[in-house]
Amino acid sequence: MNFLDLLESVLVKNGLITAFVFVGVVVWVSYFLSDKFSDGKFHGSAIAIMLGLVLAYLGGFITGGKNGLADITFFSGIGLLGGAMIRDFAIVATAYGVRLEELKKAGAAGILSLFIGVILSFFVGAVTAIAFGYSDAVSITTIGAGTVTFVVGPVTGSALNASSEVVALSIAAGLIKSILVMVTTPFVAKYVGLNNPRSAMIFGGLMGTNSGVAAGLAATDPKLVPYGAMTATFYTGLGCLMAPSLLYLAVTIFYV
Amino acid sequence: MVIYGVALLAFCMLVGIILGELLGRLIGIEANIGGIGIAMLLLIFLSNYLKKSFNLGEITERGIHFWSAIYIPIVVAMAAKQNVMGALDGGFIALLAGGIAVFLSFLLIPLLSKLGNK
Repeated sequence: MNFLDLLESVLVKNGLITAFVFVGVVVWVSYFLSDKFSDGKFHGSAIAIMLGLVLAYLGGFITGGKNGLADITFFSGIGLLGGAMIRDFAIVATAYGVRLEELKKAGAAGILSLFIGVILSFFVGAVTAIAFGYSDAVSITTIGAGTVTFVVGPVTGSALNASSEVVALSIAAGLIKSILVMVTTPFVAKYVGLNNPRSAMIFGGLMGTNSGVAAGLAATDPKLVPYGAMTATFYTGLGCLMAPSLLYLAVTIFYV
Repeated sequence: MVIYGVALLAFCMLVGIILGELLGRLIGIEANIGGIGIAMLLLIFLSNYLKKSFNLGEITERGIHFWSAIYIPIVVAMAAKQNVMGALDGGFIALLAGGIAVFLSFLLIPLLSKLGNK
């Protein structure tokens, strides 16, 4: 066995540990770039997240798989470190130290933003589908649902028996939304007043995509993460509840 | 002990997810409704309550702070495992639907923030 084989087998066997080193290097490079070229104005974590997305694209390009860089055996540990279990564990941890009063103050606005967020995204997705020539209620609803989040799309699609092509499209719409939220939030934040717990809760309710909100706020101001994440976590559930029922019925008024 | 903090965190998460699953079944959908949000509320409630009645202790807190601090690197790993290729393969409809939805949602943040905030 030559040294390269040995190295590969060690790195793959200790995937999670490899992922720690890998992410550490990505974060270091990002903060280095941030300091060197923007005097720290362009947040290091924003660069790190974008770098992650670029690497995910490369991973998908090389392997043709669905899990970005994690589909390359070398980097399989990234799938575990960046998977839902560990991510949600860390999100819950950010709630430690949040004051109850802050939550109470923004509670009502947060709940309202959830409903508006789901309906707005659904509406945009449905109208886009219609504009591109879809005229059956099932396809329009499924694409609308996918625009809510990429989980709501397939859940709705399978409930309504949508074609797999439409379901794939709905997932893509949700993914685009999630990635756009990750990338654009740090730039847009100051123009929309996203700088306090209250607006963070509203942001989480409107956008709803867990990964988008988690990464977008992390790159904007980590202190806001728990507030946005809190409302966002109810969004997918609400979407799964409304899209195949109420929203589908609303579409059938206009389309069969 | 550090493990007390980690265990408390894990306990909150499990209780939250179980309640979220039950909530989903109750309404009749196969999805977890707000499990993580419920877990966060539980942790906030416990930490606010425990602080008043007895001190959690600095070392126990470290077990929670570590996970909170490692959050951004985890998000970077999460970004690296997204299906970016699949998203771009969806073509123009997906791009337009997702893009307009995000744009309009951003516009609504200042409006909703003003609402009832006098």
